[in-house]
Amino acid sequence: MKDSSRRGFMGKAFGAVAGVGAVASLYAMKKSWDMLPSVKAAGFTTLDMSAYKENELVTEKWRGKPIFVLKYTPEMMGKLTEKQKARTVFINGEGYLVNLGLCTHLGCIPGYNSDTQSFLCACHGGTYDFAGDVTKAPPPRGLDIPPFKIDGNKLVLGEEGPEYKNMKATGVTL
Amino acid sequence: MAHFEKATSLHDWMNQRLAVDTVRRVMAKEYWIPKNINFLWAMGMILAVTFGLLLVSGIFLLMYYQPNVATAFDSVNYTIMKEVEFGWLWRHIHGVAASVVFLIIYIHMFTGIYYGSYKKGREMIWISGMLLFVTFSAEAFSGYMLPWGQMSYWAGMVITNLFAGGSLHADGLVEWIRGDYVPAQAFLNRFFMLHVLLLPLAILGLIGLHFAALRIPHVNNQDGEEIDFEAEAAKYKAGNKKESKVIAFANDFMSKDMMVVGIYLVFFFYLVFFHYDFAMDPVNFDPADGLKTPAHIYPEWYFLWSYEILRPFPADPGLVAFGFAQVIFFALPFLDRSPNAVPAARRGAFKYWFWLMLVDMIVLTGMGKLPPEGIFSTIGLVAAIVFILLWIALPFITKKEKAL
Repeated sequence: MKDSSRRGFMGKAFGAVAGVGAVASLYAMKKSWDMLPSVKAAGFTTLDMSAYKENELVTEKWRGKPIFVLKYTPEMMGKLTEKQKARTVFINGEGYLVNLGLCTHLGCIPGYNSDTQSFLCACHGGTYDFAGDVTKAPPPRGLDIPPFKIDGNKLVLGEEGPEYKNMKATGVTL
Repeated sequence: MAHFEKATSLHDWMNQRLAVDTVRRVMAKEYWIPKNINFLWAMGMILAVTFGLLLVSGIFLLMYYQPNVATAFDSVNYTIMKEVEFGWLWRHIHGVAASVVFLIIYIHMFTGIYYGSYKKGREMIWISGMLLFVTFSAEAFSGYMLPWGQMSYWAGMVITNLFAGGSLHADGLVEWIRGDYVPAQAFLNRFFMLHVLLLPLAILGLIGLHFAALRIPHVNNQDGEEIDFEAEAAKYKAGNKKESKVIAFANDFMSKDMMVVGIYLVFFFYLVFFHYDFAMDPVNFDPADGLKTPAHIYPEWYFLWSYEILRPFPADPGLVAFGFAQVIFFALPFLDRSPNAVPAARRGAFKYWFWLMLVDMIVLTGMGKLPPEGIFSTIGLVAAIVFILLWIALPFITKKEKAL
């Protein structure tokens, strides 16, 4: 009896030490797979918004993903609906579409037609208007808007400015 | 033991130290195999041989492959294919074997299902086999990433996106798995590690478990006959080989197994030398580009059926159906409530269930390859629903079955 309780104690003591070690190493393993600081630091892109031409889609790269930037023409500005307005980034009175260029259905890259002023995703036929709002399924929602901050004439992608926070709060983007 | 005598031969020297005679007796000469099994039972041996081919060809590819996003594509498509002598051979063996191994796994699985080899004390054989199937799937997927072509990149993108859990939008988890916002260097390195070390190690362990699971309940047979292996083995050892229902694994049964393996290898190397392209998607010969998607993304043929179960539904039900398809085969021994472990042809409604399931999975495979539009999308949806309904129906139809 005495012996077996000694063994029992040793077993429990070993279990406790091993348990602490196991949890600690799992934590280390989890942290090892976290994004590296250099990867995170590279997660910001600054765009000079004065360089874009009206109704001409430019694909920028941010965090390895394509970012659509489209400057609206005065005519497009004039016909903005409330819903489209909510998705628009305004800088110095100019309206821009700044969207993640990945279809919200399965992640293909939609193409822009400047004549019809709309996006078509060739994979499964989803369409978006010039403000990136979905006009034909299967995409479940409009193109996502990357976190942005307006800084004078510049746009910083990867930082959440008040305009972006507002878009998130009103459910315009995820 | 620990009493050694001067060895009379190399064999005797080894025998005193490694008990080679005992090992050979236990593992081969007195490992009993029923006589009434057909060539479909040779699939296990074919899989072992194919895994060996994958291992050897993989080792040679590993000597020149570079797991770096800037150089991976060229190290495969230029260095290995053009510069390394016989590099093309290792790549084609590896590519063809990776594809064919799934064909054989599916034949192996459906043989087991048809003959009821997962039932009555053989559940662990089935479960360890399914664990092997899942690990092989992860192995195939991680290997598909390594050439860093367009399909590698976008398959990596789509499959890791599944971990966002649809409407849960667990993007943090996805980024944690990738180690980056998109598949990039960290992603390539960790999938390289998984493919060449962790998963092969797991596979080797699981193969050990799969074999061990077979050792005590023994292999099933064509008639589902319950054999008293000890009594039959005694007959065999006494010299009544003709009356005995069993045969020694080596060298007797092995000779038949290796005959089937021989025929398989002729077919295999015919593919390696003349039709290797079926295992090489043309899209993957474009280097990975995060700013350009291929028009139509599809997995390799062996994942098409489960991909098609994901695809025709809206995001969340699709994920649930996909998860269901991945795990439901594990439950087969418990969902089949019939006491009979006989060929499907001699059973009740199960014989229709078996063929319906097989045809349904072939239909799903076909639809998974086609773009999800129009009538194909509808057929895919119906086939996906049939798949789920068949599994729900299984316990009910097998419970009604009378014991034979």
